[in-house]
Amino acid sequence: MDLLTFKLILVLALFLLSLTIAAYSTWAERKVASIMQDRIGPNRAGPFGLLQPLADGGKFFFKEDFTPANAERFLFVLGPALVMFISLITGAVIPWGKSLNIGGTSFDLQVANIDVGVLFIIGMASIGVYGIMIGGWASNNKYSLLGAIRASSQMISYELAMGLALLSIIMMTGSLDLKEITESQTTGKLWGVIPWVSGMNWNIFYQPIAFLVFFVAALAETNRHPFDLPECESELVTGYSTEYSSMKLGLYMFGEYVNMFISNAFMVVLFFGGYNYPGIEWVTQHWGENTAGILSVVAFLTKTVIGILIFMWIRWTLPRFRYDQLMHLGWKTLIPMALVNLIITGAVILAFAN
Amino acid sequence: MKLTNRSKVVSNKEMTLAEKIYLPAIFKGMGITFKHAVRTVVKGAPAVYSYPEVQKPRTTIWRGQHVLKRDEEGRERCTACGLCAVACPAEAITMTSAERTKEEKGLYREEKYASVYEINMLRCIFCGMCEEACPKSAIYLTDRLVDVETNRGSFIYGKDKLVEKINERIDITTRQSEKQKNAVK
Repeated sequence: MDLLTFKLILVLALFLLSLTIAAYSTWAERKVASIMQDRIGPNRAGPFGLLQPLADGGKFFFKEDFTPANAERFLFVLGPALVMFISLITGAVIPWGKSLNIGGTSFDLQVANIDVGVLFIIGMASIGVYGIMIGGWASNNKYSLLGAIRASSQMISYELAMGLALLSIIMMTGSLDLKEITESQTTGKLWGVIPWVSGMNWNIFYQPIAFLVFFVAALAETNRHPFDLPECESELVTGYSTEYSSMKLGLYMFGEYVNMFISNAFMVVLFFGGYNYPGIEWVTQHWGENTAGILSVVAFLTKTVIGILIFMWIRWTLPRFRYDQLMHLGWKTLIPMALVNLIITGAVILAFAN
Repeated sequence: MKLTNRSKVVSNKEMTLAEKIYLPAIFKGMGITFKHAVRTVVKGAPAVYSYPEVQKPRTTIWRGQHVLKRDEEGRERCTACGLCAVACPAEAITMTSAERTKEEKGLYREEKYASVYEINMLRCIFCGMCEEACPKSAIYLTDRLVDVETNRGSFIYGKDKLVEKINERIDITTRQSEKQKNAVK
């Protein structure tokens, strides 16, 4: 098999995977909500309501597609499309697994191994807010506009903290390459003390504060609770998506779930060792490259799904922040925290380098 | 003014460091939801009705759709005195009275009866004041629900919907007071 065929298959598989996970996130969200609130949740469509995403999707397609009279038509359509496109494209640089050996050639399970993977994802994530901004503005509705403005200012505030938290990881690895970041977490003694286990040298053990900042910022970036002020239904109807109906609204909601999936995958790469799992090198040596590769994909997806479940857990626990609290948390707490963490990281790296 | 002893004194004191960083409270809250999640998964959801199959039972004194009662001989009890309409805070009840003829003696209990009796179910607040005001023990609220309609006009219920059918009497004995029971006699 040549490289191009493999990449095409990988792209298709990733596309389907993202969509499936996003679709079942909507089911899982309802199920998680229900079990936390002593209810049963979806149980009509199929066993355990497993066909619910299909039913929801079908419903979305058959609903009336309404465009308000004074809406900016082109931008109105562009908004949801942009959100969906951006959230899907970021999956391209994430290393989903170690490598697979097909017909004697070894293929990396990553669509595009670009040197600036971290920058690419951060850049794309910040473009993602354009979809919301454009959609909110094009609707010609003041609630939508308010939601869109909230979304963009929230993104700007939290992107800073996110970037600063990321910098400490980048300083540790010395690379913006996601593959390299993952591989740096494969080997090494934890804190230079705990005996060597391959695949357990995760960044979270070195950078818990950076992780905390990044996690909170990721919640805000994906517009998840408790930072979902752009779609605050009690104040802004449903914020930027007020005027959207049918599959356009579907794309917005779906894009949000894809976003959640990708941002969790990103977090796994940065802090939870990516596709590494304990004993990955032993498995590679004894059971062969393919077994190790498949296990690494499973490990990666398991970690990502756990991350998604934690996002949902938080959503159904915490009340929404007030807008000034949100800004205070972002500017007065997270950014200083990330900066201090950055200085300490730099000092420690310098101290141990000499 | 203190109405209950459950009230809490509100203060604007500075938050402590533990409160300011939110995390302890967040973890506590997440612990609570996790406990609920585990309990629901292990034991199943408590007190859940599988709605379309199992309906939540209503109490016997539930105030639902009205009924205009007939007496033991099948005559309508209502004499169109209009006290229910006067008592109605939502002004949902309207009626027109008429005098019964000799042939109608078996249909109506007294000389005067309601030729038209309408309740606007969109206005009705189901307070039960009509039931209390009725001197003839003719109108009662039952545990039935008002049907869903697609146009506003259909919500004005006339005698065809309100008067109980002679073969399907509606039992309201559980909600009758002593006074109402005596009013029948």
